[in-house]
Formats: sequence, structure tokens, C-alpha cells
Amino acid sequence: MRTGFHLTKRDTISPGKAWAIRLIAVLLSLVVCGLVIMAITKDNPVRVYAALIDGAIGSKNRFWNTIRSMMLLLVVASGLTPAFRMRFWNIGAEGQILVGGVAAAGMMIYFGGSVPNAVLLFAILIISALAGIIWGLIPAFFKAVLNTNETLFTLMLNYVAIQLTNFAIILWETPKGSNSVGVINQASRAGWFPRLFGVNDAMIVILVLVITALVAVYMRYSKQGYEIAVVGESKDTARYVGINVRKVIMRTMMISGGICGMAGAIIVCGASHTISLGITGGRGFTAIIVAWMAHFNAFAMALVSAFLAFMQQGAIQIATQFSLNENASEIITGIILFFLIGSEFFINYKLERTKGGAAQ
Amino acid sequence: MKKKLISGMLAVVFMAVTLAGCGGNSAGGNSGTTGGGTQEASSEGAAAGEATDASAIKVGVITIGDENEGYTEAHLKGINGMKEALGLSDDQVLLKTNIPETEAAYEAATDLVDQGCNIIFANSFGHETYMMQAAGEFPEVEFCHATGYQAASSGLTNFHNYFTAIYQSRYVSGVVAGMKLNEMIDNGDILPEDAKIGYVGAFPFAEVISGFTSFYLGARSVCPSVTMTVKYTNSWADLSLEKEVAKQLIADGAVLISQHADTVGAPTGCQEEGVPCVGYNISMISAAPDQALTSATMDWSKYYTYAVQCVIDGNAIDVDWAKGYPEGVNLITELNEGVVAEGTKEKVEEIEAQLTAGTFHVFDTSTFTVGGKSLEDLITEGGDNEKYAAYVSDGYFHESELASAPAFDLIIDGIDSQVD
Repeated sequence: MRTGFHLTKRDTISPGKAWAIRLIAVLLSLVVCGLVIMAITKDNPVRVYAALIDGAIGSKNRFWNTIRSMMLLLVVASGLTPAFRMRFWNIGAEGQILVGGVAAAGMMIYFGGSVPNAVLLFAILIISALAGIIWGLIPAFFKAVLNTNETLFTLMLNYVAIQLTNFAIILWETPKGSNSVGVINQASRAGWFPRLFGVNDAMIVILVLVITALVAVYMRYSKQGYEIAVVGESKDTARYVGINVRKVIMRTMMISGGICGMAGAIIVCGASHTISLGITGGRGFTAIIVAWMAHFNAFAMALVSAFLAFMQQGAIQIATQFSLNENASEIITGIILFFLIGSEFFINYKLERTKGGAAQ
Repeated sequence: MKKKLISGMLAVVFMAVTLAGCGGNSAGGNSGTTGGGTQEASSEGAAAGEATDASAIKVGVITIGDENEGYTEAHLKGINGMKEALGLSDDQVLLKTNIPETEAAYEAATDLVDQGCNIIFANSFGHETYMMQAAGEFPEVEFCHATGYQAASSGLTNFHNYFTAIYQSRYVSGVVAGMKLNEMIDNGDILPEDAKIGYVGAFPFAEVISGFTSFYLGARSVCPSVTMTVKYTNSWADLSLEKEVAKQLIADGAVLISQHADTVGAPTGCQEEGVPCVGYNISMISAAPDQALTSATMDWSKYYTYAVQCVIDGNAIDVDWAKGYPEGVNLITELNEGVVAEGTKEKVEEIEAQLTAGTFHVFDTSTFTVGGKSLEDLITEGGDNEKYAAYVSDGYFHESELASAPAFDLIIDGIDSQVD
């Protein structure tokens, strides 16, 4: 008699069970993070987790930093959702954010103070979305017409966007040659998101939640959203039922790129108030993981974003308190992602006990 | 289908991880020490004019890099020096390292204020406007920014700039380089006209230009035939790029390398290529044992001790602070015995004595020309060059005297600055 294990594919899994598996993964990741930090710092895990919570929500500023970090991740994930639902591998969100950010910074520099702030902000959001639309439409056009590989195309456009940003920085830097644009309109605050309800980041929260809700409704209830899902499942089916696949690809990438471009404006006007290569903070890539892990569900995306933001902000405090450097927070994020992605495997497959030679 | 999904996802994750790695640090982490749960702001009593007990003081430090990067390492040494000099305990100094030049700098500053800091230092050029933003919001906290230039014009009484007269150290390290070139010429290794220095610069603006000009003037004061080529990395700290640029310069005929970039990239390349080099911030002897001659450096602890002492005593901090050799702030790191040319030590001591006494001025306008003309003639011609009139008198350019940040940004004859 031999006993062992083998994997079988699950036919279906109840949502409850799937979420239970994810919850176990989160808990396991927390345990492993704790063990790793304990091994490095030789400190007790309760203190480590206390520092984590303290770092993420321990003061009013820290709480809002975490919320803002979550919102900025969520808006990019929402922007990526239509493209990925169409199985269009948009790896170019970084570039789309950057061109949106460059557009926003340019508007702040050239029009700040000469038009009312509300008008300026409205124009900035539109123009930055347009910049993102162009950046999204280019690879979509070539995909639709020539069937080029969109993964490489969007990826390479990131580097074009990086050079474009460098160009803008050299154009606007003070003093010349310093590579630093500095905070734009520091005195007048023209083009900055205003403080609402006594909260600095209120406008970020409102904008991001509205965008996220609109994307969710669009994907779920609109005809266009349905077309995206069909094209994503099978282009042939889509053609068979009379969907104009080329048009859907281009339209969807305009939406996706447009939201990512607007995210660039939200980052520039709401948070950084400058333009530099650092404004994306890698969100264009992290958001891909957020969107996939949440299966494009808006609530799940918000949850995953919140969790990642919480852990990243908390990790900063762990690093400070236990004399580690910033790599500690990257290790923690890596461990969490490993478990979360790993959990998807156990949602799709199950481990079964093999008895005797029965498996043959 | 699901299998494809997973493999696709892994591909995305892989790309995300590798590309995020290329992009550098963005999240901005920290290292150092803080007390466990000190969130409530408790920064009363920090304003100038009001004394603060030394045991109650809290110092916040924001740095672009960490101890693995020479520029920040020199600052952290200065902070430790200040800590010892004033007898502060570990939990009175809160460090936030690896803070990029984005809103992360502002967030770090507000978090330090929340934790009760009375005085906050930031060390990178691009941090400046974020410090000004925080300084405007927290008038009871002192903010000091290294390498910046806007304190005087900011209208904020609690915002200050500081730097050192690093051009003096650069000049002395240039003399060491020139002596080495002379030795190579005397040994018949190179012809006098081949005495070409390669310089790895970060960005083409005053801080870097002033530094390499004084270095070059030092080298030329002992080796008249020397020329210099400057290439830029467009980054403050990029180890592999600095190494690559150093090697390119060597391939183009440079027989000696110096740098204004923050890592050991250039000396590592020089050690491999067998070309002597002069470093910045920290001794490069461990990175290039057979090639490093010395490094231009400064003792930041003098400023940190001064500024924190000001807060303790309730005195105002200088709007612009830039001290040099006379105050013992500037120096060069140990000479690499056996690698530097004979007689270097004596020559260095001679120049250092003159700098300390204030009898010698690095930017002596009779020692250089710009486009074949003296600086005085350029100023008389007018146009853009009129702005230098405020700096030039008594036959020399008064570097770091009007403001702490370097101001000399002309490319003098003999230097080829290759901005691409």
C-alpha cells in the first residue's frame, strides 16, 4: 500500500470556499512575514505587528497616507480592468500614468494662476486623460489592424514615456541641469486638489471612488462591457455574433489608457505636485496584480489595494523601528504577493490523497 | 484556460518585479530608531528665541540614500558626530533613509513633526520644495536643507540652507591628481599632452560644475598641460552606470578619473582598468586599493552640531551656512600611500595651510578663461554674464559666500562638458 498526494483540477468552487482559501493565504503570509522579521530583528512578533499597525494607521497623517496610497493603486487597477477583461495585456500603465502626469504638470505650469482653479483642474483631468488615451490607442490600433503583440508594444511605450518625461523635466527644471522641477505653484497652489471637508486627500478619494464605480457599472451593465467580455473569451465568437472586434479593441484601450492618464493627473495634482519619474511609484505594475487577484471585482480590488497599501505603509514603520532599510518593506510585499498568487492555484486545483495504486 | 491565466499572471508578476527593480526605490523606506508609540505632536518650544532642554530635543533626518551610498554615509557620520558632541541618546534622533525626491519627502517631514521633532534635516537637492511646504505648515519646527538655494528667497524664518565650501576640498584633491599626472609624465608613461582627466558628473548644474572646475584648477595648478572631459550620468547614485561612464572615459583616453556621483561605481571601474582615481564623500581605497588617491570630503557634524545647538540655546539658525577649511569643515580623506606621487603630502599641507589661513582663493580669475576671455571681461561685455558681477571682486569669484549653494556654473577653457 502506497499513499501519496496528487492534484486534480476543480470543476467548480463556491465563492465562500474560494474566499476562505484566500483568507488562509493572507493569514499565512502574515505569519511568514512575522517569522522573517523576527529572524532578522530577534524581536517578538507582537511588537512587530504592533509597529506595522502603528505605521499604517497610528496617526492621522499615517492613516491618510495609507488611504491615499490605496486610492492611487485602486484607480490604476480600475483603469486596467477593461483592457485585461478583453485579454489585452496592457503592461503600459506606467507610461500612460507618466504622459498623463506630464500633461497635468504642463497645464499647472503654463495655465496656473491665469484661469480659476476649478476650471484649471477640470481641464487638467480632461487633457491628461487625452494624453493617456493617445498612449493607449497607439498599441490598440496596431493590435487591431496588424495584430501586433500588445504586451511588448505597451511595455516598450513605457520607455518612450520615460524619455518624454525626462524631456519635460529638462524643459521645466529649476535651476537648469538639476533634474528637479520642484513643487509646482507652491505659493499659489494653482492646479492643486483643494482641501475638502477639512481633509487634504478628499478629492482623490471622491474621484477614485467615482471612477471605480463607473468602471464597475460599465463592465457589468453596459452593452460595451459585454462586448469586451466576449472579445476576451474568444475573438472568433465575437466576430461570429457580429461584434466589430477592431473597434472594441481600440475603444477599450482608449478607456483604459484614459483612466490611467487621469490617474497621472490625480497623482500630480493631488499628491506629488511635481513631475518626476518617481511619481508612478511602480503602481502601473502593482495594479496589474491587484486587478487580476481581485478578478476585476471592484470591491475586491479595493480590498486588495487597501491590504497592500496597509502593509507597505506599515512596513516603513517596521523598517524605522527595527533599524532595517527600505528593502524590508519590499520583502514583506513580496511575501504577501507570493501567498496571494499561490492561493489562486489552490482555488483552481485541489490536493487529493492517493491510495494504493488507484491513481493509475 | 485557467492554466493560461496563471502562467500569464506569473509572467506579469515577473515583469512587474523586474521592471519595478529597474525603476529604483519608490516606496521610500526608513531605517533608524523611533520610540514605539509616539504619534502625538509635542513640538512646542522649538521656535527661535526660546531655549529647549537638550534632553527634550528631537532631531529628524531625511536622506536620499542610506549608509550604502557615499553622500548619505557622510551625512549620517555627521549626524552621529552631532549626537556624540551634544550627548543625545539614540531615540532622540529619528532617521528616514531612502526618501525619494517626491511627496514622500513631505510625508516623511510631517511624520517626523508628528513624532515630536524640533528640527528636521533633509539632504538631497530635490527635497527642497517639499521641505519648504512642510516649513510653511509647521512654523514651530526648524527645517534645514543641504544643497538648496531657496531659503533666503522663501520668506520663511524656519527654513535654512546649508552646504560646505566643498570646492576647497575639490581643489586640494585636484592637486593630488595633478601630482599623479606629473609622475606619469616624468616616468614616460604618457606625454604631457595626453594628460587627460575623465570626470563622472551627476547633473550639469552649478553644484557639479563648481566642483569639477575647482578640481580641474587644482590639477592644472601643478600640471599645466592637463585637460578634462566631463560626462554625466543624470542620476545622483547609479553604481553600474557610473562604472560604465568611467570606463567609457578611459576608453576615450582619460588617464585619471574623478567623480561627482555618490557611489563607488567609478573607482570600481578604475581598479579594473588600472587607472588612478579621486573620489568624493568617502575614501575609495577599499573600492580601488591600487588606484584610489584620495577623496574630497567634508565633516557635516560641524553643521549638525551648530544647528541643533542653536535650537537648544534658542538662537536663530543661519539662513545660509557654508563653512570650509578655516573652520575645519572641509578636508580630503587619507592619501593612499604608495599610490600617490612622491611629495604629495607636503604639497597638500602647503595648500591646505593657505586655504585655512584664507590667503588663497580657488576661483582666482587670473587662472582661467571662458571662451578665451577673462571672467571680468565677460562681465563687462554684459548680457547673461552680468549676473556674475555680484560674485566677482578682488580678483576672485566668491563661491559659496552669497548663498550656501554653489554658484559657479561656467564651463572654463580646458574642460569639455559633454551634455547629451
